[in-house]
Amino acid sequence: MSAVLTGVRYDDVRRALDTVVDPELDEPVTDLGFVASVVVDGGRVEVHLRLPTSFCSPNFAWLMVSDAYDAVSALEGVERVVVELDDHHDSDLINRGLAAGAGYRGTFKHEALDNLDELRATFQRKAHTAAMERALTAYLRADPTRTEADLADVRLGDLPEDPGTEALVRRRATLGLPVDADAPVLLNDDGTRPTREQASPVLRRARSVRISVDGNAHFCRGLLATRYPGAEDDQVPRADDAHPLLPLSVLS
Amino acid sequence: MYTKDGEKYFILDAHVALWDARPENQLNVHGKQFIDCFFDYHRNLSPESEVWPYEDYLYQGGDRLMKDLFEDGYVDHAIFQPAHLGEFYKNGFGQTEEASALAKAHPEKLTYNHNFDPRNGEAGLDQLRADAERFDLKGVKLYTAEWHGDSRGYKLSDPWCYRYFELCRELGIKNIHVHKGPTIRPLDRDAFDVSDVDHAATDFTDLNFVVEHCGLPRLEDFCWIATQEPNVYAGLAVAMPFIHTRPRYFAQIIGELIYWLGEDRIFFSSDYALWTPKWLVEQFVDFQIPSDMTEYGQLTVEQKKKILGLNAAKLYDIPVPSELQVPDADETKTGPREPESADLASV
Repeated sequence: MSAVLTGVRYDDVRRALDTVVDPELDEPVTDLGFVASVVVDGGRVEVHLRLPTSFCSPNFAWLMVSDAYDAVSALEGVERVVVELDDHHDSDLINRGLAAGAGYRGTFKHEALDNLDELRATFQRKAHTAAMERALTAYLRADPTRTEADLADVRLGDLPEDPGTEALVRRRATLGLPVDADAPVLLNDDGTRPTREQASPVLRRARSVRISVDGNAHFCRGLLATRYPGAEDDQVPRADDAHPLLPLSVLS
Repeated sequence: MYTKDGEKYFILDAHVALWDARPENQLNVHGKQFIDCFFDYHRNLSPESEVWPYEDYLYQGGDRLMKDLFEDGYVDHAIFQPAHLGEFYKNGFGQTEEASALAKAHPEKLTYNHNFDPRNGEAGLDQLRADAERFDLKGVKLYTAEWHGDSRGYKLSDPWCYRYFELCRELGIKNIHVHKGPTIRPLDRDAFDVSDVDHAATDFTDLNFVVEHCGLPRLEDFCWIATQEPNVYAGLAVAMPFIHTRPRYFAQIIGELIYWLGEDRIFFSSDYALWTPKWLVEQFVDFQIPSDMTEYGQLTVEQKKKILGLNAAKLYDIPVPSELQVPDADETKTGPREPESADLASV
């Protein structure tokens, strides 16, 4: 029986980075093409991240960079990790802060009040709302006799076993919402259940959230490829790209 | 004026700029980063035939602006919405002298809006008084992500901003164009949050708040605020060019705006020189919501006429020949509009 005595595998680093999500776009940084490079040398790992513009919001940039640092550091056999953000207006600040272990407040000083937990939670809620709308709109379209009011009665167990439902269940779990087959699918922002009369407006609001998330994700992917020619080859399409409502038919 | 299939459209481009981002005007690397970001937007969303060389993009000049808007672009009237960006450019990004001189020379074609920064305190209030008189201001453009000393953004709900709104009220500046960029401070919150517009619009019901790029990337938050505040409007800067590369996404943006705000509160903008109006006007007049998107009604010629010019002309009291007018929609002032033809449940 032998064991790998030292060093980290490149693939393990990539898999660790798969767990790092752009909170705003609700997709892994690996699928988005945000990972510019991964270099592994024994127990030393250096990762570079890149974003669609120099002016992407630095709070999201910080979350992705620091999450990447934590994910790679947790790998067995890692001795030293360097994660750097390339070509951003706050690259120097963020890279210095991360290297020094200064944390969010230590890095951003007077611009940081407390922490980014609330920001993260806001976008986890939006990610759930978007997944809920995708699943329920697909449910509605699958049978013309179903009405928006009916959505108030739909349970998780009524949804088909498909990637859309799996994505919804994962996002519910993140928020601590029930994931059993009997759990109602359509929820208000505060987790309560709308009545049949309220179902339509709740779905409508959820739709605006989903359109926003999808539109931003699509635009950011395109901008990244404009900024870094070839980056499109690093991008992995979303699992639910076949959804007929999504803005994915790019005509040219 | 644009004419197609016997219909005449009055075109008001509600957001144009005359900028100078040439290296000699860049104050630091951020000046380059900023114009490069704009250029990537331009390259990413324009039809190939409409992409400018980078050198042209750095500075377009007044002659080219007049040609692109009024000779080639069908525009009847355009409104300058200058961003200052004094921390990135030596002489500012928007060219105050050149743009305001153009507007003075062509008052029937151009309106010059200026900007203020509430972090300039009392001195800025005096400056706003002087600017209002000099430029005869009807509106201002506010870029909330503007850097200023050690501050990298402000909110419309800041107490000093309210002082400026009170002065706007006094000076007859009734149109507040809000450009939500990534406001960095405080960093804990969403940098694109539009909730400050809600506060300001509630407290200054006699001012009009035009949210540029309809709150993108927070369309959902913007729609929710705008549906409750009758003095909040959607500017289509940046949203328009999606019509070409991402027509289904564009359909959803327009569909959502018409549902939540109604057809009388949406303004066309090319965001010149990010994009040129010619192809945007042509494509918008030809545009239709895809038939499988049954959750939205089909766009009517009247709606397009309003969005392309009549809505903004009304806000700015810009004369429009009577034969080009369209009556207001008989719609509720707040809350979602229910287009009768849009009903997902009937699919």
